[in-house]
Amino acid sequence: MIAYIMCFILFMVGLYGVITRRNLIKIAVSMSIMEISSFLFFALIGYIDGGVAPIVDPADPVKIYVDPLPQALVLTAIVIGLATTAMMMAIIIRLYRKYGTFDIREIKNLRG
Amino acid sequence: MNPLIPLFVIVPLAGAFLVMITGRFLKELDKYLTSLILLFLVIISFYSLSTIGENLSLYKVGGWEPIDKVPIGIYMIMDGFNAIIVCIINLIGFLSALYSISYIKRYTSSNYFYALFCLMIGGMNGVVLSGDLFNIFVFLEISVISSYALVAFGVEKSELEASFKYQVLGGMASFLILFGIGFIYWKTKTLNIADIKEAFANGYDKKYYLFVQILILSGFGLKAAMIPFHAWLPDAHSSAPSPISAMLSGVFIKAVGIYVILRLFFNMFTVSEEMAILITTLGTLSMVIGVFLAIGQWDIKRLLAYHSISQMGYVILSVGIGMILISRGSKPEIAALAITGGIFHLINHAAFKGLLFLNAGAIEYSTGTRNLKEMGGLARSMPVTSATSFIASMSISGVPPFNGFFSKLIIIIAAVMAKFYLLAALAMIVSIITLASFMKFQRYAFYNKSDIKTDQKIKEVPFPMLFSMVVLSIICVLLSLLAIPDIRETILTPAVNILTDHLKYTTLIIGQ
Repeated sequence: MIAYIMCFILFMVGLYGVITRRNLIKIAVSMSIMEISSFLFFALIGYIDGGVAPIVDPADPVKIYVDPLPQALVLTAIVIGLATTAMMMAIIIRLYRKYGTFDIREIKNLRG
Repeated sequence: MNPLIPLFVIVPLAGAFLVMITGRFLKELDKYLTSLILLFLVIISFYSLSTIGENLSLYKVGGWEPIDKVPIGIYMIMDGFNAIIVCIINLIGFLSALYSISYIKRYTSSNYFYALFCLMIGGMNGVVLSGDLFNIFVFLEISVISSYALVAFGVEKSELEASFKYQVLGGMASFLILFGIGFIYWKTKTLNIADIKEAFANGYDKKYYLFVQILILSGFGLKAAMIPFHAWLPDAHSSAPSPISAMLSGVFIKAVGIYVILRLFFNMFTVSEEMAILITTLGTLSMVIGVFLAIGQWDIKRLLAYHSISQMGYVILSVGIGMILISRGSKPEIAALAITGGIFHLINHAAFKGLLFLNAGAIEYSTGTRNLKEMGGLARSMPVTSATSFIASMSISGVPPFNGFFSKLIIIIAAVMAKFYLLAALAMIVSIITLASFMKFQRYAFYNKSDIKTDQKIKEVPFPMLFSMVVLSIICVLLSLLAIPDIRETILTPAVNILTDHLKYTTLIIGQ
């Protein structure tokens, strides 16, 4: 249970960062923290206390296996997360070249 | 097994890489190749729509057969509802690709543009055809990441800023969706939509169920830009290149937002009254606030983007009315009428909003400005753009012979028959304000005296752009034929049946 609470706290830390930080890079880092918390949550779903890797052993059929599907999902989600982070960083670099600053308060071309 | 279904995903994904690589060596090839790919997709999507009827065909990815009637592989599903959405995606995509042939000369490295365009189409087709929750998420991310890049394609100040804003909010939406999928998987141990329905049918914790529904609704609501979640839409849609704005506004928010909400809330969750009322409220808010935000805009594309929020409000509102009636178990025929109106308006909105954004792009292409105050008198110099945008404006404001009138009429009739008089009145008032707003657009852009301060004469846009606009305006007029009962029953009724009949979807999938 504590692990789930930690996961929730991690999500909130990320959300706090996204809302309060003014630096673009820090916003991107906070997004990554939120992302990681969702990956952690997925990994926790499949975990069973005392479970082993799901490689079926005919000699010992009573073993407890962890659920392998969430792990596969997390691997997919990590790859997607990498793409989003890379995309965001690319945009941040371009923004820095155009505006000369990372401060989000000075990047306000669009209004209304 | 329907072998056509995977083609909708494979062809554009493979096409994206082909376009990017060949475009580097052979200039000019990329644009025609993209149009050809999309033409092929249009043909197979209309073929699928004409053959699907009330049936449901599925494709098991990797050939994983179900064990004891429990699906284990990824299913791709085509039924009456998503066949319509696939047709819209590929048709608007094809016309936008044709339009880009001339329009993209404003930008460099067109091969990347077309590659991202194909990726976006492939992702949207994947979202719409997928029958598996996590697969929806993966394809959603494919299409969303390519749309981030496309919004920023101009790499000027406002494009980059809009793209960053869009990415932060889009990222939030993705995490909410991912959490929602996680919570669903936790309880049901399955990801297949039909199987989740079966698993929840055996009983569930009501609070948990509601929590999951709200996570999913807010995630996809962010993608669909319902009103509390709308902040990214006007920036992103107005900063993108115009063919992409037409795609984003005309198709994207429907395919990854509204479509998924409808599919999940009708076919995966059991329709409950709390959620139905929540969805109707969000729809009404979007409809009313969206139009009031739109009326003060002077940037054409921003004005159109706010109208997208408002028009999506109509769709969500009418579907919400249908959900309320279904959850009360009363008057199923009125519920079906309301949902018919919603889906009809969704199809119409794709046509006229796509056309309006293409018109805005044409104006920007010729005059170099998007500010309504700086243009005027274009009706003489750009007659085709003027005529097509007149048709589109009349369609969106619901003036009789055009398609928007019939769908709004069905929505309002359904609301009155369901005794939601306030909602019917609001829908009518919003329609009038929409008309006022588009009168302003028409007047300032096409009929006022010219205020343009350029030396060269303003010319009509090149042929490919004209062709797309004319075809879309013909579609706008033709779509009103869907109101005729016989045609409606062959196209819209199967889509409504698959949504309203809560057992049909599950039994058809689990049975195969």
